[in-house]
Amino acid sequence: MTVTAQHPPAAPVEGVEGQRRRRRRPRTLAAGAAGTRTLVSAADLRRRRSRALYFAVLAVVTVLFLLVFFFPLYWMATGALKSPTELALPAPTLIPRTLHPETYAKAWNELQIARFFLNTAFYALGGWLVQLAMDVGVAYALSKLRPVLGWLVLGMMLASLMLPPAALLVPAYLTVTNVPLVHVNLLNTPWALWLPAAANAFNIYLLKRFFDQIPTDLIDAARLDGAGPLRVLWSIVLPLSRPILAVVSIFAVVGVWKDFLWPLLVLQDPRAQTLSVALSRLSSTGRVPANEMLAGMFIASLPMIAIFLVFQRSIINGLSAGGLKG
Amino acid sequence: MAIGTAAARGTLRVRLPRRVSENLLAYGFMAAGIACFALFSWYPLVRGVLLSFQQVNFVTAPSWVGLANFRALVGDPMFWTAWRNTLYFTGLALLLGYAVPFAVAVLLNELRHLKGFFRVAVYLPVMLPPIVTVLLWQYFYDPGNGLFNTILRGVHLPTSQWTQSSSTAMLSLVLVSTWANMGSATLIYLAGLQSIPSELYEAAEVEGASVWQRLRHVTIPHSRFVLLVMLLVQVVATMQVFIEPFQLTGTTNPDTVTIMVLIYRYAFTVNHDFGLAAATSVLLFVVLGAFSAIYLRLTRGRD
Repeated sequence: MTVTAQHPPAAPVEGVEGQRRRRRRPRTLAAGAAGTRTLVSAADLRRRRSRALYFAVLAVVTVLFLLVFFFPLYWMATGALKSPTELALPAPTLIPRTLHPETYAKAWNELQIARFFLNTAFYALGGWLVQLAMDVGVAYALSKLRPVLGWLVLGMMLASLMLPPAALLVPAYLTVTNVPLVHVNLLNTPWALWLPAAANAFNIYLLKRFFDQIPTDLIDAARLDGAGPLRVLWSIVLPLSRPILAVVSIFAVVGVWKDFLWPLLVLQDPRAQTLSVALSRLSSTGRVPANEMLAGMFIASLPMIAIFLVFQRSIINGLSAGGLKG
Repeated sequence: MAIGTAAARGTLRVRLPRRVSENLLAYGFMAAGIACFALFSWYPLVRGVLLSFQQVNFVTAPSWVGLANFRALVGDPMFWTAWRNTLYFTGLALLLGYAVPFAVAVLLNELRHLKGFFRVAVYLPVMLPPIVTVLLWQYFYDPGNGLFNTILRGVHLPTSQWTQSSSTAMLSLVLVSTWANMGSATLIYLAGLQSIPSELYEAAEVEGASVWQRLRHVTIPHSRFVLLVMLLVQVVATMQVFIEPFQLTGTTNPDTVTIMVLIYRYAFTVNHDFGLAAATSVLLFVVLGAFSAIYLRLTRGRD
């Protein structure tokens, strides 16, 4: 029994339903459990002692989650607001005594976080476009145009999922320094990030699986009306595939933003570096004050936190769709 | 082919070019993608294997050296240290990172309130850029005024040197890694738990099974597939650990040098020995490839 068998990509999984249910709070515990049954049944929870235990566990877990998962973020964001002397106190303060919001401006300008932020945004945007263009093309051709030997192409692409990125690190790096046939050096250019990222079999697998579900009748009808393959892709396939395009897009942007080892190798020019690589370099100099470092780190996290809060549904869906099939 | 009549020959003559043009068109759509795979996936695989038998110095053409790279590896004590460290990290990471997310998922599945909050909270660290997580924990681990030692002192417990002592360095790396990555495993387990048919729990209740018995005889057997797949995923992922040792303990610290760090060192720091690095990659690939192959068989065989 696979997870996805129960949750087709378009159907919202529990994570999202949980979100919606939160607003209308269940009146009784039994009502809250409507739908799914779990280890502890509604009947179990009707007893007074079990109810007390349930709420005690709920409270403990809530506090624990706040401490473990939110507090580090809070510490990072507020640490940047403290003065360097306050940060270095042997007894750390929970709430900054004096606020120094200018640290963020300082990090942005003096540490040149601005430059690295824009670099990374540019790489992420370009990486997204390149991945979408190339992977949609492959998935569409394999799913709807069905060329000779398409199965072989798909098989070879999926086989690449077996290759751990670690195994390809050195030869892929050498390929970037001198691309075979054309003999171009891509080091320190955005293409060094974009092209390898486009060779993403997982994207192709997700897209193709979604395209396969689009009825052939629909496409045949459009073809009869005189639409060419490009027109069919643009006017029929893509509009119907918005959910999966969203998933692939988010993972493309997040992937570029979070990547570390590859950009560390192929973007060695400090002016071309990504935010992650620049933060690592800045910290290793040992000359950057902790509060400015924390400000830079928080700035680097903000886009990801924002994307997560906005696209929770797609991210959590994509995770359970892809986690087991990827 | 039976080309008996003129009519049949006629249709063939019309159809053949159309099929060819359709195929050309399809490959046109795929050309850029195929080129990317060829350049950054297929060709590097072949080249990686070839490189492991070569000496590369960028001054003269690569020369074939047979098994010399592999012999050099076997003779390098750091190679064995790196393997030991990698296996130690993977083992510890499984102990923590494998059991904890499942336990958390089972617990969250029972909570009828704040569902969205818990899911967002546990996944939040996954969204952070790994370097941010690692740098943040570097401050927490500071043996002097770091948050962890401050808390330990506050509750009168012995403090630790964390990443700076050889006995706790690896454990410190595993803790960061678990905090950063457990969100995805937890959510995948949760989705799996929710696909367990309600009737099974109902039947267990009717027969008077305790909560513990329901966990043992319904929840765990029905999560077996997810658990197995995640085991493989985590082994493959943790054996490629890089950023934690790279940033927290440095690439030269023998306590935490992992295989990935060693590959990085061979190829991109002092040695610049791509042949040696490729040989190490090939060995890592053989080990990980076995796990990946099982994983792919398991997941694709079920379509």
